[in-house]
Amino acid sequence: MSILERFEKVDRRIIFLLTLLAVVIPLLLPIGFKIKVSEPVQKFYEAVEALPPGSKVLVSSEYDPSTMPEVYPMNQALARHCFKKDIKIIGMGLWPQGIPLNQASMEQAAEEYGKEYGVDYVNLGYKAGGIVVISAAAENMPNTFPLDYAGRPIEEFEIMKGIRNFDNIDLIISLSAGDPGVRHWVMIAQGRYGKKVAGGVTAVSAPAFYPYLDAGQLQGLLGGMKGAAEYETILGASGTASRGMDAQSIAHGLIIFFILFANFFYLLGKRKKR
Amino acid sequence: MKKEIPLLITFIAGMVMILQFFIPHRPFSDLQQLFNTWFLIITVFAMILGLGNLFKVHTKRLQRRPKGWWYSIVLLAGFAVMFTVGMVWGPARGTPFDYLFWNVHIPMSSMMFALLAFFVASASYRAFRARTPEATLLLVSAILVMIGRVPLGNYIWDKLPLIGDWIMSYPNMAGQRAIMIGIALGIVSTSLRIILGIERTYLSGK
Repeated sequence: MSILERFEKVDRRIIFLLTLLAVVIPLLLPIGFKIKVSEPVQKFYEAVEALPPGSKVLVSSEYDPSTMPEVYPMNQALARHCFKKDIKIIGMGLWPQGIPLNQASMEQAAEEYGKEYGVDYVNLGYKAGGIVVISAAAENMPNTFPLDYAGRPIEEFEIMKGIRNFDNIDLIISLSAGDPGVRHWVMIAQGRYGKKVAGGVTAVSAPAFYPYLDAGQLQGLLGGMKGAAEYETILGASGTASRGMDAQSIAHGLIIFFILFANFFYLLGKRKKR
Repeated sequence: MKKEIPLLITFIAGMVMILQFFIPHRPFSDLQQLFNTWFLIITVFAMILGLGNLFKVHTKRLQRRPKGWWYSIVLLAGFAVMFTVGMVWGPARGTPFDYLFWNVHIPMSSMMFALLAFFVASASYRAFRARTPEATLLLVSAILVMIGRVPLGNYIWDKLPLIGDWIMSYPNMAGQRAIMIGIALGIVSTSLRIILGIERTYLSGK
């Protein structure tokens, strides 16, 4: 086997090992790359920042543990941002596994800012039905969610007083990793009811939401771990996303190196054959 | 009658939902709410049916014992444990269900997804080749976006993030819009075919 062929057919275990090192080393020994805030994230921040104290934000969690490293830091940063500004959070979700993650984010932030469940935040839980749940909640929230995630009647909670439908919600934020998710919130809550909607999505799905952002149907967009890290940067609070950006930078660099390296030998081999 | 009644139900439900969109007043707005409630109830039953089917399929696998049959034991045991603790203690924070979610489900699920990084790295080395001009274009765009979207790109050349943003905001957006419009037209035409009873494959598979 020639050197050229050897390089073309590198043992995949070497690639796996290099990938592991590219991720683990920056996590153990942070480099501290400076994070620049992009326009979609700035818009997201401004959408929350523009709300007066006492406003009510609906945060819908449409993600699960597999996408947690990307979306969970957004959830945490958003909860902190809202409580810092005395904004109340009504949590819900169209994915069942997003509910405990949203609850944990709110609880963590509530502890930091001295907020109380039922007064400053509530979690309405999961409801099966995807887009129809949005449509039903837009018309009648207490009917769609009569109980919170733990099975307590929502009339017990001060935060839910006066909440009839989406007219009583100031901003809707969907943190999603797929469907149902941001797309459906834009279609129903924004398109049909004219509500302000912002979103946080995984990096792989972010390109699909740029048209909504450009059209003004989305107030702002957090895309992947980078979006979460930028949001943490604006808030001045370093979190798991900011810490993960070093590892992501090096991993991206390594993958690009793999692509260029493999293509160099591929093109060289092609030329030799001629 | 086996086909006519479902076709009639589909036609009425479809027409009411279209009409309520353009005429959001009574009686259509009330009908929309009523249909929404029905849909939410039916969805729950669909989930129960799905769970029942999952249980049935894996019980059968245990009886027949094909290759990898013992994975079904893991699935059924996991299902039984989560179902039992969920039904007995509920899903609230601090319950056994919550404990299992955070200490078993989250690590396992994250681990499965984390494996993707290794496969992506391996695939990028083995499969991402500049074989044609189109593949080369895709390759160059991917590299520029990948490096432009991480802080490292800014250190290499401060214009890289701008190039990455430009690709996302112009060529990407144009392509996404075209795809979205295409999908929307497809949905409209298929929905109309179903509502008008032209498309009937959902009834019997024929």
